[in-house]
Amino acid sequence: MTAASLLRRLMLSVPTLFGVLVINFVLLRVVPGDPIAMMIGPGATPEDIQNLREIYGLDQSIFQQFLFYIRDLFNGNLGISISMRQDVVELIGGRLPVTLELAFVAIVIALVGIVGFGITASMWKGHWPEVLIDAFSGFVQAVPDFLWGLLFILIFGVLWAFMPIFGRMDLTVEFDPATQFYLFESLLRGDFVVFASVLQHIVLPALSLALPLIAVGTRLLKSSIIEAMAQDYVQLARVKGFSHFRIVVSQAFPNALIPTVTLTGVQMTFLIGGTVLVERIFGYPGLGNMAIDAVINRDLPLIQGIVLTFAVMFIVLNILIDMTYAFLNPRLRHD
Amino acid sequence: MRINSIKRLKKCLVAAVAVTAVSLSAAGVVMAGGKDSLTIAYHVGVPAWDPTTGLSSVNPQLQSIYKSVFDQYIDQNPDLSFKPGLLTDWGWNDDRTKVHMTVRSGAKWQDGEPITAQDVVWNLNRASDPASGNPVAGFIWASVGDFEINGNEITGTVKSYTADYFKWMAFLTGYLIPPHYYEKVGKEGFEKKPMGSGPYMVDKFERGSYVRLKANPYYWGGKPAIENVVFKFVTNPASRIAEIESGSSDLTLNIPFEEYDRLKDKSGLVGVTTPVSDIAMIFFNDVEPFLDANVRKAAVHAVNRKALVDRLLKGYGVPLHTLEAPEYAAYDPSIKVAYDPELAKSLLAESGFSPSNPVELTIQTTRGYLPKDYEIIQAIVGMWRKVGIEAKIDVYEVAKHYELRAQDTLAPAAFYNWGNSVGDPQDSTGHAMFGPSPHSVWDTDDLDGMIGPLWGELDENKRIAGWKKVSRHIADNAYVLPLYQQVQPVIHRSGLSFTPYVSNFILPHTMGW
Repeated sequence: MTAASLLRRLMLSVPTLFGVLVINFVLLRVVPGDPIAMMIGPGATPEDIQNLREIYGLDQSIFQQFLFYIRDLFNGNLGISISMRQDVVELIGGRLPVTLELAFVAIVIALVGIVGFGITASMWKGHWPEVLIDAFSGFVQAVPDFLWGLLFILIFGVLWAFMPIFGRMDLTVEFDPATQFYLFESLLRGDFVVFASVLQHIVLPALSLALPLIAVGTRLLKSSIIEAMAQDYVQLARVKGFSHFRIVVSQAFPNALIPTVTLTGVQMTFLIGGTVLVERIFGYPGLGNMAIDAVINRDLPLIQGIVLTFAVMFIVLNILIDMTYAFLNPRLRHD
Repeated sequence: MRINSIKRLKKCLVAAVAVTAVSLSAAGVVMAGGKDSLTIAYHVGVPAWDPTTGLSSVNPQLQSIYKSVFDQYIDQNPDLSFKPGLLTDWGWNDDRTKVHMTVRSGAKWQDGEPITAQDVVWNLNRASDPASGNPVAGFIWASVGDFEINGNEITGTVKSYTADYFKWMAFLTGYLIPPHYYEKVGKEGFEKKPMGSGPYMVDKFERGSYVRLKANPYYWGGKPAIENVVFKFVTNPASRIAEIESGSSDLTLNIPFEEYDRLKDKSGLVGVTTPVSDIAMIFFNDVEPFLDANVRKAAVHAVNRKALVDRLLKGYGVPLHTLEAPEYAAYDPSIKVAYDPELAKSLLAESGFSPSNPVELTIQTTRGYLPKDYEIIQAIVGMWRKVGIEAKIDVYEVAKHYELRAQDTLAPAAFYNWGNSVGDPQDSTGHAMFGPSPHSVWDTDDLDGMIGPLWGELDENKRIAGWKKVSRHIADNAYVLPLYQQVQPVIHRSGLSFTPYVSNFILPHTMGW
């Protein structure tokens, strides 16, 4: 991807983001569920209700509210959360690293799984490893994503209770972090007790997120490798006397990566979206978990902030995927 | 060169796998249950710490955590009766134009500073200030003002008489926060490091995950028996069940009754069910077809409450005939509305309806918000169908219910759960049925005419008798369909002494190992 095309992509993302802002803002105010109606106590008077509307700026027209929202947005202000009474930027800033860290570990697990299973299945094509991996992929795809979390909780938290099923780290472990990236920070600090605890807690939610991606990616990688194995350059490698393993790994695999990266990239957006339910199930204090609370409480500023953050994440992710795609496919670099 | 790179990569991979494997095996799952600690898998998280303002302050489910950290002016016993909190004495003068309160001597905030009468007045004035964001500032807290202090004694002038003013001191938003600390750290600082005078201090709070509490050495009620308490915010019921089954938590609540029955029989676990101050009910709206008294009465007589409780809730519920639970001040056990489908049929026949020519209406309900809410409504719709009422179920979110109710645009029938942990009739029948209230659905002059004078009734006996008459009038005219009192299932580890509260509080300072 050239600098010019990157710039073009970035500029195109501006109207996309604005569209997200408008739709999100209007939809939230059109759908039923008034935050003030949820807040009023049994003895609240009409004056109490009006007063609360004024406090939260909901006494203005939707258009006026939107103008104030855009004005504040340009000043880096996403408003104050109605339910948490904290600055939305600060709240999202505290939770986003948690979700990013979880997504990162899930993606690492997914990539290791895809490459491992994909190469194994194509190496032993027609033999039991391929049958086993195909069956595994089919089974994983047949089970709804969120159910994996519940299944893992049952298996590893109750029946065979050796993995933690709640939270981000053991509550008895003391850690005074400078950032919210506990896993990376503890590793960099060499605090292996914290690292172990955070890693233990992240494995099951990350695996729940990674499994569907592994299933889809493995199938595609396998078929791409098998397709590549029929190409002339692979025949030439065979003639040269390369081992089967070397042919698969060094000749067919790099060429089979391009469609896999494309599909994996698309699936990654689903993975990020999947954090919402998985974080909820595992009590993981990320952005997704907070999103559900925000929706339940009709916390308009917080929902708007979270949706905007997810939109930015998706745009950035798509640009990164395109850049990776261009890196892997030299023809695209000259387009 | 390339071979060296591959070798280095291999070494790195092996090292990474080794670190991961060692890390995973090194850390074990920490089990709950030490003598000085208690872990509770709680069903909601704390969004905000100020217990007197904002959305969280009127969320009944958060009160257990607030009560662990903050004191209320007046406290409650497990049976809803009242007892001294930070106030040791309170009351009205004879003509109810003045109030008096006595602040507990020797009580301290969690930083060791003494709690003074000035602190109490600061809190009362703040609660009544509309700018503070207290959701009931006007109706409750502004009803008394012009406070005067004399040592530990406070007197105030009644601006508009509210009979349950003191009961609200044990209810939603009736908490005290330390003025000196709040003014020093501000609103945002308080949210980050809250402080009160309750039995526990906030030791560590991870938003959306847990709060760790430490016993307050300055607590006027004595240091709690359990030193460390963790409320884990486990919002998913399946995860709460896993928490207690795996031994990661010592106590959990709000789980499906089927799971409760299974868990209570497991070795090492104890189950406790308590009827709590939450009432499942169906609001009737004063729109067609419920303007026809025969239709309303038929809709009430056709419902078999006992069958609903026995079959759908596995017996975990108390059938009710009014909006007053047995523990409430104005409960009248003599008010009964018979289950009589034949009577229902004849009433409908008087209005020209029958099972073959049913009256049609819409009933709104949540699905999954309350135990078996949708199933209960399905069953009621089935009971109604047999007598000649054809109801269409409209499922909505609870947020929509609040909005529609505030606008008085609910469907003719709407399922809801009404909580009232102080048991005063004003806070159940009153606000639910009095037309001008933003929470009422049925608005007719006959009922408003009966309820109106009760708000200002000074004689407590007359007031309670008046509310009983209102309940009877409502039952006779079928203005609402009360269903049952909810039951709270709690599972805890054996060895833990747990005190159930009708108010649905889970209070660690009342527990011990």
